[in-house]
Amino acid sequence: MAELTFSDLSKTFGGAPALDAINAQIASGEFVALLGPSGCGKTTLLRLTAGFEHPSAGKIRIGGETVAGGGRFVSPEDREIGIVFQSYALWPHKSVFDNVAYPLEVRRIPRAARQARVAEALSLTGLGAFANRMPSQLSGGQRQRVALARCLVFEPRAVLLDEPLANLDLSLRASMQDVFRLFHRRTGATMLYVTHDQSEALALADRVAVMNAGKIRQFAAPEILYREPADCFVAGFVGDGAVVSARITGRADHAGLVLNVLGQDVVSRSAAPEPSHVSIRPESITLADDAPLRARVTSCTYLGGRFRLELDAASETLVAFSRQRAAIGETVGVRLHDLWAFRDPEGEVVLQKALADA
Amino acid sequence: MSKAITKSGGSRSLDRLLPLLLLPVALIALGPVLRLLLEGIGFGSGLTTDHLTDVLARPSTATALRHSLITAGGGTLLSVLIGSGFAFLVALSDIRGKAALVFCLMIPMMIPPQITALAWMQMAGPSSTILKMLGLAPPLGSPQPLHSAGGIILLLGIQHASLVFLTLRAGLRMIPAELVEAARMSGAGPGRVWAQTVLPLSMPSLIAGGAMAFVTALGNFGIPAMLGIPAGYATLPTLIYQRLVGMGPSVLSEVAVLSLLIGAVAICGVLLSRLVLKRQGFGLVGLSGAPLALSLGRARLPVEIAMWVFIFAILALPLLALLATSLIPAYGVPLTVHTATFNAWIEVLFVQPVTRRAYANSLFLAITAAAVLLAICLPLAWLMERRANRVSKLLDALIDLPYALPGVVLSIACILTFINLPFTDLTLYGTIWIILMAYLARFFVVMLRPIQASIAQLDPAMEEAAASVGARLGRRLRDIVLPLAAPSAAAGAILVFLTAVNELTVSALLWSSGTETLGVVIYNLEDSGETVMASALAMSIVCLIIALMGLVQAGARRFPKGVIPWQS
Ligand SMILES: Nc1ncnc2c1ncn2[C@@H]1O[C@H](COP(=O)(O)OP(=O)(O)OP(=O)(O)O)[C@@H](O)[C@H]1O
Ligand SMILES: [Mg+2]
Repeated sequence: MAELTFSDLSKTFGGAPALDAINAQIASGEFVALLGPSGCGKTTLLRLTAGFEHPSAGKIRIGGETVAGGGRFVSPEDREIGIVFQSYALWPHKSVFDNVAYPLEVRRIPRAARQARVAEALSLTGLGAFANRMPSQLSGGQRQRVALARCLVFEPRAVLLDEPLANLDLSLRASMQDVFRLFHRRTGATMLYVTHDQSEALALADRVAVMNAGKIRQFAAPEILYREPADCFVAGFVGDGAVVSARITGRADHAGLVLNVLGQDVVSRSAAPEPSHVSIRPESITLADDAPLRARVTSCTYLGGRFRLELDAASETLVAFSRQRAAIGETVGVRLHDLWAFRDPEGEVVLQKALADA
Repeated sequence: MSKAITKSGGSRSLDRLLPLLLLPVALIALGPVLRLLLEGIGFGSGLTTDHLTDVLARPSTATALRHSLITAGGGTLLSVLIGSGFAFLVALSDIRGKAALVFCLMIPMMIPPQITALAWMQMAGPSSTILKMLGLAPPLGSPQPLHSAGGIILLLGIQHASLVFLTLRAGLRMIPAELVEAARMSGAGPGRVWAQTVLPLSMPSLIAGGAMAFVTALGNFGIPAMLGIPAGYATLPTLIYQRLVGMGPSVLSEVAVLSLLIGAVAICGVLLSRLVLKRQGFGLVGLSGAPLALSLGRARLPVEIAMWVFIFAILALPLLALLATSLIPAYGVPLTVHTATFNAWIEVLFVQPVTRRAYANSLFLAITAAAVLLAICLPLAWLMERRANRVSKLLDALIDLPYALPGVVLSIACILTFINLPFTDLTLYGTIWIILMAYLARFFVVMLRPIQASIAQLDPAMEEAAASVGARLGRRLRDIVLPLAAPSAAAGAILVFLTAVNELTVSALLWSSGTETLGVVIYNLEDSGETVMASALAMSIVCLIIALMGLVQAGARRFPKGVIPWQS
């Protein structure tokens, strides 16, 4: 297992930037998800790491060794990095056993050791009974597990997964998520997992890198992304809720800054001295008849156990949870608390673009 | 972009060596054609156009050109009639037994033209064994009706009908079924749908198929040689042959001009068809897919019978006539239960040194060409698909040329190139190697395209997956690309083999004593009056070819779409 480091990594395709000065460090054994809208450069970052593309600028280091950049380029076959493709890329002319054994064959591992290691990899992925099948005789989830077994059998320094669940149906996705989690716990592999499904990213990863337009916007643990988004894009892309502009009133409290949000003075947590926006998660909203901020209910959806309300307050759309059903058009009182404020002067534009992408 | 530096040698060095493959390929495939062009502008004898104007001004040239245009034009017309008739019925109607019909229609294309000619000659004329059996033979001394422009046109038309058929059928499959359904919804019957919707839409592929048939007919040597030379009716290919055989290499620069003339006419034909096509272009919108099956109603059975009778007449009848001739003891003797003998077969297959040598030569050439091309084309196709650059794209575009140009043109080009190997005193002329070089140049595409198609269909992730688990380029090619492209490569190899065994045009100009090919020997046997032996030899080749076609057909399901020429 090894750590991955990207420094000022950029990639342009015919002049168009796909990755723009990526800086990130992934610790050995860490499970990191790359999350972002389509076309933001996730696959490109993965392919650069695997060695299928050359960086336009910057460096990639694996376990302290520079594999790309600074005049060096280590070809994919020498990088010892496993990759699981969205299309699985199983070799159709080889049986499940032979697919999984191939990395060992290439490494000239003796037959007996090879068989033992393949058997172990197959049983770890629950494929013991399928060793002699051809890939075409497997279901989608089984194929995915063969791909996983093939890449764990040679104990790579890191495992890259490009939207591994995109081709599977919803119920299978949940069970495959368990497989990945188990796999990570057993092997302790460094894993870089690309997805554009935020629930998948938040559920699986130790840390999530949120990407947009070739840049990492925030790289943090899931709960931090949710509670303390760095900018409008992350706040809008990850989790439910609203982002509205805020103006500092100048007063500071022991609990945080006091901001004017939708005409109300609200105490907010913040890392920035002069925030421009606040993220209002549904949990930050309490409906109270006596609250001064009034909002009109524009939609009401039952989620099981609670209702999700969309509210129109001072022409901003807020999201709140409620135990009771609310009538559309009804006016309710809204009390805000525990908001997160951040500074992102160009925020509005980015948020709208993100919504258009989504 | 940062400079790539290797950590360890293997794969990278192969990665660097592989593109060097493009050089010999370009030299073999395009060198001769380039050499021929240079000859046209007087390369070697100072840049002059003297012999160019000299040869072009001769009356014999004009006559041969006129004959070539007449026979190729007439043949094309006939091919279009036959090929389109079959294509429309097979692609659009609900007739039964389509696969068998198509297979039979394809056989004439795969049979060497001189065998076709020989077989038809056994069906007509005063010495026809089969006519004698039936008591229908014309009186002795009456002329062989096929020894004429009409005979050449008829056979060229039949030989190349399948080219039109294949192109048109491929085009018909692109027509969205909705268009036809829409026409039917508005109340048009099948006839109307065909005339007003299908025919205009299929015009482009009809023209493209016609152009192909024209170019191929223009370069055909076997048929005009067998039918035209006895009647003193020379086309450009036979004129070249006669000059070269009569005068030897001293007339090289002269026949070079003639072959350039054929090439020029062929290119004009192709350009003209492109021009027409450009005016005709429609963008077809909608899904193709569901094959059309317009009901012929009560006409179905008569149509089916007519088609099979036609196939019988153009395929089975001549072959039966050929078979009959191969079974008689001497030409002119009628075939009865008592006279029938396998003498000629035994003679040809086991006794005569010339025919045995020809079999050995042809098989050697065909197998070697197939094997060499297989070895070259696999990495070449990979290079062109996965590491495309400007050079490989140019080569990709030009490598069709030696196959598309008439065979005579390539043969002359090869003689010019190899009569004196550059920088040495060696010559390949008169050896079997010059034929092999010509075959390699000519059949590159036959092998390359199927392999290219299958590599293009291969998900690049297959190879990337192999790279990521540590397999270097050489291993990836061997373990991943080769097995997955193998079925197409096999099909390509069999096609090269079939085409090379069939080949007469190139070898007719390049053979010398000891390096005869089957095509040459059939021609020579017939030319020297040994019709019975020629027929036996021809019949044995036909059996070989049909068996090989059957073999490819049997494996049809394992090949990617478009690999087998008779199954587009
Ligand atoms: N080989 C290539 N040539 C040219 N442009 C490319 C190439 N690969 C990617 N791009 C461009 O780079 C950008 C990033 O692409 P990338 O495939 O990394 O996106 P992604 O985040 O993986 O998207 P998705 O979620 O849709 O898979 C896109 O604008 C894409 O068009
Ligand atoms: Mg992607």
